[in-house]
Amino acid sequence: MTAHMPISLEVNGERVDAHVLPRLNLADFLREHLQLTGTHVGCEHGVCGACTVRVNGEIVRSCLMLAVQTQNASVETIEGLSDSGEIADLQAAFRDRNALQCGFCTPGMLMAAQDLLKQHAEPDRERIREHLSGNYCRCTGYQAIIDAVETTVRARIGRKL
Amino acid sequence: MKAAAFSYARATSVVNALELLVAHGDKAKVLSGGQSLMPAMNLRLVSPELIVDVGQIAELRGIAVRDDIITIGALTRHVDLLRSPEIAAHAPLLTEAVAHIAHPAIRNRGTLGGSLAHADPASELPACMVALNATIVISGQAGERRIAAEDFFTGIYETALSAQELLISVELPVARKNAAHFFCEFARRHGDYAIAGLAAQAIVEKDVLADLRLVFFAVGDRPVLAKAAAKLVKTAITPAVLSDASTALGEELDPQDDQQASASMRRHLAKVLLARCTSALLGRSDLNAGGPV
Repeated sequence: MTAHMPISLEVNGERVDAHVLPRLNLADFLREHLQLTGTHVGCEHGVCGACTVRVNGEIVRSCLMLAVQTQNASVETIEGLSDSGEIADLQAAFRDRNALQCGFCTPGMLMAAQDLLKQHAEPDRERIREHLSGNYCRCTGYQAIIDAVETTVRARIGRKL
Repeated sequence: MKAAAFSYARATSVVNALELLVAHGDKAKVLSGGQSLMPAMNLRLVSPELIVDVGQIAELRGIAVRDDIITIGALTRHVDLLRSPEIAAHAPLLTEAVAHIAHPAIRNRGTLGGSLAHADPASELPACMVALNATIVISGQAGERRIAAEDFFTGIYETALSAQELLISVELPVARKNAAHFFCEFARRHGDYAIAGLAAQAIVEKDVLADLRLVFFAVGDRPVLAKAAAKLVKTAITPAVLSDASTALGEELDPQDDQQASASMRRHLAKVLLARCTSALLGRSDLNAGGPV
């Protein structure tokens, strides 16, 4: 009964078919089976946010989701968002503002920040803080991260005008 | 850590889920959104032999309003509650409370049914259900049964739900005319589990509380429907009346010590919440002067 199970899903726009054990979580599936190591594994119980990915367009903790639960789902990782250019401006703002040091939290931060920017055109700093409150950073003290997201908000508004 | 090995079954319907639960009893665990179960499994606090995933059962989804009753399917996610115009219109306490549950990525997966069945005494939704006088609808092989939220929660992580049953939905009365609500919790950081919290539902007539349900959480082994509320109902509330209610509340509560707070700190915070709640419901800033009474 604990045998491998077939799953079929889409990862960053590509169809993936695999056989996985039920206990395998989505983060480990992405990292170890698909070699998408941009999704980081920190606490493994949903607290740190380093494993944040998109499933069917919404951010989730990939350590709190089983790979078998992604049957027929569309999963997007930091590699997908990065390669498509969707968050190029956000990444540049993080670089410019030194919003990362060790970089461990950065993929999760970018996923969560982009999720906010998709939902709100003009979030204030408090709103940014609230949306990122489930993502831990042990290097930056957060200020630079909030700055980088805020800079991106302004730039995106400017582009639309 | 990683979860121990288990078998996995994707339930196709409520009937199918119940068959699996009856066959495997307490060796099986129901997986809904997984935002409490998965951490517990990853930490090896629980190691079920079988996971029954109910996440694909369409009949457990959705919010419907009919005949002054709001029915919310067990698989309704926190984010669905947060965004629902029906919930905002008819049970605004829930809309306010859900914003305090963890973080966006967790709210995108966590479900109402999962939270209630898990019954963490520090979580928001069980307290709201008691405050809102909800009925919990449970399905078993013998059929459906309904139980008042007040009687559903029986202890830390314990409910009236047996291992062979499934929580199907909850039913809430639509907020009445003159209804008012209050929600507040103290936590170390936004999204953390509460150290002490209060979900309250009231009927305010002129300057008087005609009805008041005060449900404290994280201060007992289950949501606590405070009897002290009776001291504030159908009476002109003066600082002395509030002080009397506050004393009664302190005697009634039996909070636990843990690494977050001592029992006396929790009791103190509950009194602070009581004063803020009374003050907010009646729009009387004088009742909250100088913090707790």
